[in-house]
Amino acid sequence: MSAEREILLDVKDLHVTFGSGKKAFEAVRGVSFQVYRGETFGIVGESGSGKTTIGRAIMRIHPTSAGEILYKGNRINGKISRQLDRQVIQEIQMIFQDPMASLNERAKVDYIVSEGLINLHKKMSDEERRRRVQQALAEVGLLPEFASRFPHEFSGGQRQRIGIARALIMEPECIIADEPISALDVSIRAQVLNLLAALQKSRGITYIFIAHDLSVMRYFSDRIAVVYKGRIVELAETEELISHAAHPYTRALLSAIPMPNPVSEREKKLTVYDPSIHDYDRNPPRWQEFRPGHFVLANDREMEEGFGEVNDFDYLSS
Amino acid sequence: MENMNQETILSVKDLNIKFTLRGRVLHAIRNVSLEVYKGESIAIVGESGSGKSVLTKSFMGLLDNNGFISSGEILYDGKDLTKFKKEREWQKIRGGQIAMIMQDPMTSLNPLKTIGEQIAEAVRLHQPAVRGGDAVREKVYAYLRDVGIRKPEKRYKQYPHEFSGGMRQRVVIAIALACNPRILICDEPTTALDVTIQAQIMKLLKDLKAKYDLTIIFITHDLGVVANIADRVAVMYAGDFVEIGTAEDVFYDPRHPYTWALLSSLPQLGKKGEELFTIKGTPPSLYKTIEGDAFAPRNPRALKIDFLAAPPRFDISETHMAKTWLLDPRAPKLEPPEGIRNLRKLEVLG
Ligand SMILES: Nc1ncnc2c1ncn2[C@@H]1O[C@H](COP(=O)(O)OP(=O)(O)OP(=O)(O)O)[C@@H](O)[C@H]1O
Ligand SMILES: [Mg+2]
Repeated sequence: MSAEREILLDVKDLHVTFGSGKKAFEAVRGVSFQVYRGETFGIVGESGSGKTTIGRAIMRIHPTSAGEILYKGNRINGKISRQLDRQVIQEIQMIFQDPMASLNERAKVDYIVSEGLINLHKKMSDEERRRRVQQALAEVGLLPEFASRFPHEFSGGQRQRIGIARALIMEPECIIADEPISALDVSIRAQVLNLLAALQKSRGITYIFIAHDLSVMRYFSDRIAVVYKGRIVELAETEELISHAAHPYTRALLSAIPMPNPVSEREKKLTVYDPSIHDYDRNPPRWQEFRPGHFVLANDREMEEGFGEVNDFDYLSS
Repeated sequence: MENMNQETILSVKDLNIKFTLRGRVLHAIRNVSLEVYKGESIAIVGESGSGKSVLTKSFMGLLDNNGFISSGEILYDGKDLTKFKKEREWQKIRGGQIAMIMQDPMTSLNPLKTIGEQIAEAVRLHQPAVRGGDAVREKVYAYLRDVGIRKPEKRYKQYPHEFSGGMRQRVVIAIALACNPRILICDEPTTALDVTIQAQIMKLLKDLKAKYDLTIIFITHDLGVVANIADRVAVMYAGDFVEIGTAEDVFYDPRHPYTWALLSSLPQLGKKGEELFTIKGTPPSLYKTIEGDAFAPRNPRALKIDFLAAPPRFDISETHMAKTWLLDPRAPKLEPPEGIRNLRKLEVLG
């Protein structure tokens, strides 16, 4: 990582709490990371770990309960000026997991794709709007005539393209993609991933890519943050994380990746993460950089006992 | 399945299944033959719409009302299931002989009954030898423990919504087990789950298969997930099997271009910065008669003959067959794509 990389998004000690009083549930518990312009930053974790909530907090869909989110150096959580709000709405877009559920069934593709644009530019001429819709559809590989159709007439992969077109039309600088391919068939997954990669190349878009599956992450992300129960437990560049995974949860995620090799798969020992191995009540964990650019949440005992010495580290085999 | 004297438990012969929809006929299963061996786990792999669910539903008499078997046989236990007419006949097969686990556990659970009661019902129906409330209850606890649900006494009294997705799928598996089946059909049981949970359910299925002497038919669109569980793999395209072999045959020596394509598009094999392989186009419409090799229009290296005549079945070995003209002695020698030639060397992670 070169020193002069521009920080597009800076998340500092983010907390998000749902509900209040006795029922309060802290979904995100002090998460910090930085996203550089033009990179793909992966957030991986199991369902309920808080990864979607992080994305939605950046999108200003969920209010934050503590911490700061800086976009291009400006705080965007909490109360912000109307002008900054407009800027964020335009520049940060989101793509959702379920292409079926996330599209308005009764609206034509034309409307779905341009809804955000109309809201932002109330005075835009209809001609200009149509032109932009056509352009966005072309960019995701859909035919112009699709504009006048309804979402149910499309396959899962095509619907996901509509979702991407809807984000693209805003000319965003950053796209948060929340499990964009999980609901798709394997062959269509590859098409959508290629499309996202091509758009990044041509437009320099920054991605925050949220998924539960490290195998897709490995292919797609430059850096990966591993989230467990509302905390980031490990963060590093992709290959560094894979070859030197330290946190037992990361290792469990890695061992769960199904590889297309029957002989080694059958012999593989599945690693299951058991959080009770930590003695964090007596000896709380700290966020520490144990190799350059590679961070892990661990306490001092774990660091001493070789949290960092990896590969032959086998303290949680089940 | 290395042993050679395999006993067939279910045999599908030249099966054709059609659906009528608004006056048109869709040919969903096209002349399919398959032997399922006792005690094996066989994976059926193919894209969405290829016919995996339709085929396996026909083993249980669960085709939708507009579907019918137009010809062929499904032989099980000396009987041809395609000849069944009455629900009564099917009831002897469903659950007690062949049980099914589906992708969304909520569709197979009753939200208004405790999970213990739902498993107990299956025990009472399918295991009349277990008599009396206490005995049934103990049996239910045993199944819950078997599927990895701790504190069965407490869990017995809970409702489906009190369980996470992975735990619900375990409950569904417990209900299936309580029917005491010989064949367990798993239709995408892990697709909706996190990878870690998915891996645990796969391991559970393997353990249960050994413990209960099950034969498993595992359905998925993802070739990546089956390397772990499958003894044999059957690759389905547009309503027919294009390749069947042991897992070693299909992963290390795949012969059909469609199998090559499915393997190549796995993100596990992708190289960062390079495009992932994609299969162009869409599967053929099953409303039309398919001429030649069904995959030819999407296969950039298709031969002329692929468009003219349907390839016959070629046997590569005793365990391995594929339906592709590439196996004809007159065909040019085509190598599988570079990226999948060395799957044997691919390392598991973690
Ligand atoms: N009741 C029905 N009426 C008409 N066509 C049907 C019906 N049920 C299934 N089909 C068609 O039969 C074909 C095979 O469907 P099937 O559900 O078996 O696919 P699948 O391989 O299980 O796909 P998926 O991976 O999406 O579950 C498809 O073309 C489907 O549209
Ligand atoms: Mg299906």
